[in-house]
Amino acid sequence: MSAPSPTTPPVVGKPAPPGLAARLALRHRAGGVIVPLLTALIAFLIGGVVVAATGHNPLLAYRDIFNGAGLNWIFHPTTSTVDAAPYNLTQTLLQTTTLILTGLAVAFAFRCGMFNIGGQGQYFVGLYIANWVGHDLAGMETFPHVVLAITAATLGGAVWAGIAGFLKAAVGAHEVISTIMLNWIAIWVGTYLFGDGGLLQNTANPALPISNNVADSAKLPVFWGDKDLQGLHIGFFIALAALVIFWILLNRTTLGYEVRAVGFNPDAAAYGGISVKKNLVRAMAISGAFAGLAGGIDMLGYLYRYGVSDIPVSSVGFLGIAVALLGRNTAVGTLFGALLFGGLLFGTTHGLQSNVIDPQLAGNLTYMIQGLIVLFVGADVIILTIWNSRRKLRRRAGSA
Amino acid sequence: MADAPVLELQGITKAFPGIVANDRVDFDVRAGEVHALLGENGAGKSTLMNILYGLYKADEGEIRLKGKPVSFVSARDAIEVGIGMVHQHFMLIPVMTVAENIVLGNEPTRDTIFLDERGAEARVAELSTQYGLAVDPGALVREITVGQQQRVEILKALYRGAEILILDEPTAVLTPQEATELFAIIQSLKADGKSIIFISHKLGEVLEIADRITVLRRGKKIETVPREGATDASLARAMVGREVLLRVDKSLAVPGDVLLRVDSLRVRDDRGIEKVRGLSFEVRAGEIVGIAGVDGNGQTELIDAITGLRRIEAGTVSVAGEAIDHATARSMLDIGVGHIPEDRQRRGLVLEFSIAENIALHDYAAAPSAKWGWLFPSRLIERGATLIEEFDVRGGGPTTRAGGLSGGNQQKVVVAREIARDPKVLIAAQPTRGLDVGAIEYLHRRLVDERARGRAILLISLELEEIMSLSDRILVVYEGEIVGEHGPDVTEEEIGLEMLGGSRKAVA
Repeated sequence: MSAPSPTTPPVVGKPAPPGLAARLALRHRAGGVIVPLLTALIAFLIGGVVVAATGHNPLLAYRDIFNGAGLNWIFHPTTSTVDAAPYNLTQTLLQTTTLILTGLAVAFAFRCGMFNIGGQGQYFVGLYIANWVGHDLAGMETFPHVVLAITAATLGGAVWAGIAGFLKAAVGAHEVISTIMLNWIAIWVGTYLFGDGGLLQNTANPALPISNNVADSAKLPVFWGDKDLQGLHIGFFIALAALVIFWILLNRTTLGYEVRAVGFNPDAAAYGGISVKKNLVRAMAISGAFAGLAGGIDMLGYLYRYGVSDIPVSSVGFLGIAVALLGRNTAVGTLFGALLFGGLLFGTTHGLQSNVIDPQLAGNLTYMIQGLIVLFVGADVIILTIWNSRRKLRRRAGSA
Repeated sequence: MADAPVLELQGITKAFPGIVANDRVDFDVRAGEVHALLGENGAGKSTLMNILYGLYKADEGEIRLKGKPVSFVSARDAIEVGIGMVHQHFMLIPVMTVAENIVLGNEPTRDTIFLDERGAEARVAELSTQYGLAVDPGALVREITVGQQQRVEILKALYRGAEILILDEPTAVLTPQEATELFAIIQSLKADGKSIIFISHKLGEVLEIADRITVLRRGKKIETVPREGATDASLARAMVGREVLLRVDKSLAVPGDVLLRVDSLRVRDDRGIEKVRGLSFEVRAGEIVGIAGVDGNGQTELIDAITGLRRIEAGTVSVAGEAIDHATARSMLDIGVGHIPEDRQRRGLVLEFSIAENIALHDYAAAPSAKWGWLFPSRLIERGATLIEEFDVRGGGPTTRAGGLSGGNQQKVVVAREIARDPKVLIAAQPTRGLDVGAIEYLHRRLVDERARGRAILLISLELEEIMSLSDRILVVYEGEIVGEHGPDVTEEEIGLEMLGGSRKAVA
């Protein structure tokens, strides 16, 4: 084969300074930032077309979503949550906190070559366990109670996802199928737990299909806003720390080396002496730990209790898929993906005027954009091609 | 044989960003001629043929067919004027029959809409008897051998009326027998007045089949010579641009202690079929033992068993006198087995990893690469840089993706990693597959050097020539058993016969 290779040195016309390998690496990196940006842009454009089709101005709609998400806070920064903008921002960041963690749950498995669709179920398991530990062990000191509840929730998520990893390693069951099934099991377990006669059902009022509130000693401290009005709790910093841990695990530990090797090429990993099966189970468990942690800090941070009717409404686990895909399964990308979807999730669901956007459409716009992004990320080859042909056109114009 | 060329390429220039793949290349082919296009990987052979086949557009230059200038926008244009190409990687649909694949895109029909299957099969059968291309038109493509699939590709081109046939490295995927059969087919096509363009980087086969030989180097045409008078040394010099040592220069082996002993080994393949059936042999320090055999006679399973990548059914493998039970890849690495795998892209390298990370593939968890699970990327890079220098890896630094390197340099990365671990036993499986003359020369020299350092080297190769020139002892395997053992002075015919199972009874 005589594909152009870096060992063939003759250079055309003017020197091509950095060399082919370096330029390829650069394009690879550039593609890493540009593709997700283009993906999001196109998704928003199409979303805008839909808004326009309902007879509204998409620019105004997006402006109001932007403001509704509290992102206009950066123009008038203040910490007082009496104003709308800072309050909205705390709510957006609450969503972002959850999405960072459910995004990492997808991203970590992805780096080991697996598609964890089960973030939602792992999130629920973390949520249930945090509620149980948070309520039933009332009377503990605050700090140990919080730590215990969060650790238990994290382990719960890890075990739940670990089942899928184990099934894959042991009998080759595909993780997409098994995690979806585990989602359903988690959903129905929750419906039982909080429902009539369930183990975690409200003890004060057994007529309600709702759990007890977690004890005050298990609640996460709120650092911005009012504790009784869903203020922003320190779980936000836990999520940021999780981003750092994710990066360190992958790039600075032998565990991460194994995960990446198995993810890129399991045959080569096995040849290198790495146990592929062990890594499948372990990566899945770590993945689930992130989602379980998300459930835990949501419960202890602002939900405090959960009801049967809340279960089918929650979709943070699935949004995590879009977050991770948009963020190209990296730590920094996941942060931005989570911010984007956190803002959309809150910005489209409250305070929008019906003369700016159809209220029915508003709530669903997030999910439309989510769907478009998942679709486009799968088609990033197309987007790269568009990007490259643009460059080619420019080069042709330059040489003419 | 008409002397006027049917096809001429003149002054073809094609530049890709950063390199000129073809620089004012002239090439022509006559009717009833086999014209070989010879060059190292990356010399511009495939680019030139892709231009001829309408897949690329030349920046400059002209293509003339029977004296008239033509220009192709797509492969369809080239096919229409009678140019056919058989790519290295076949473009067949596995679930369809041979006949269906051949007529695809130009199907004979009944009542204008129904596929005339019988007509298609009859036409295919006719073509295949005409040129001696034996293949069953009704068989599914996924059920026939690679050699037969190649025939299907050739038939496909002939069915579309190809007068000029481009074969892109056709022997790369074939066993020696299949290659011999291919050459017979080429001869019959030639006798029928077809023109064949034969792309290759193997000197031996070019000298065997070609009438004329054009050598490309770094995108430029070096020379076009008739086969008469050309030698492998002269062609190698033209290809590489310097004198190349084609014969391996080595002294007599001084074997020491037994470092690898395989005793009554039995191994099954993935489908549960016993592929290694009671093999026993040993390799001593300072000797190269070559295993010759036709592909699929248990070589892959043998290598996998010795390296801990496949379960042993019965028998033992011992390294330096230590028998290993329940071997894993890890335990075999730790006990001192180095392994150059037969498929460097599937198994030998993580192509998305950097060179430095690939070099650490066995030792990423040990000091100095890591401590208590903490990885030190800077140390990986440092070590990578040292080995890149020592093993003359070109095309990038320690942080370059391995997938961005040429085949020869990828193999150098693998060899660097395996040798730098200072193994007692080195398994070299197809170490030069797909490499060009320069890289082969380097690897052969390296293996002989490592022998001199007292390693026990087990060489498994499908290239008989490679086995013959490197090995101190040659074992011939057939259907998972050793059917012959020879010193280095055995003839190729003798081994060839045993490889086909000819003397099995005599040994048993």
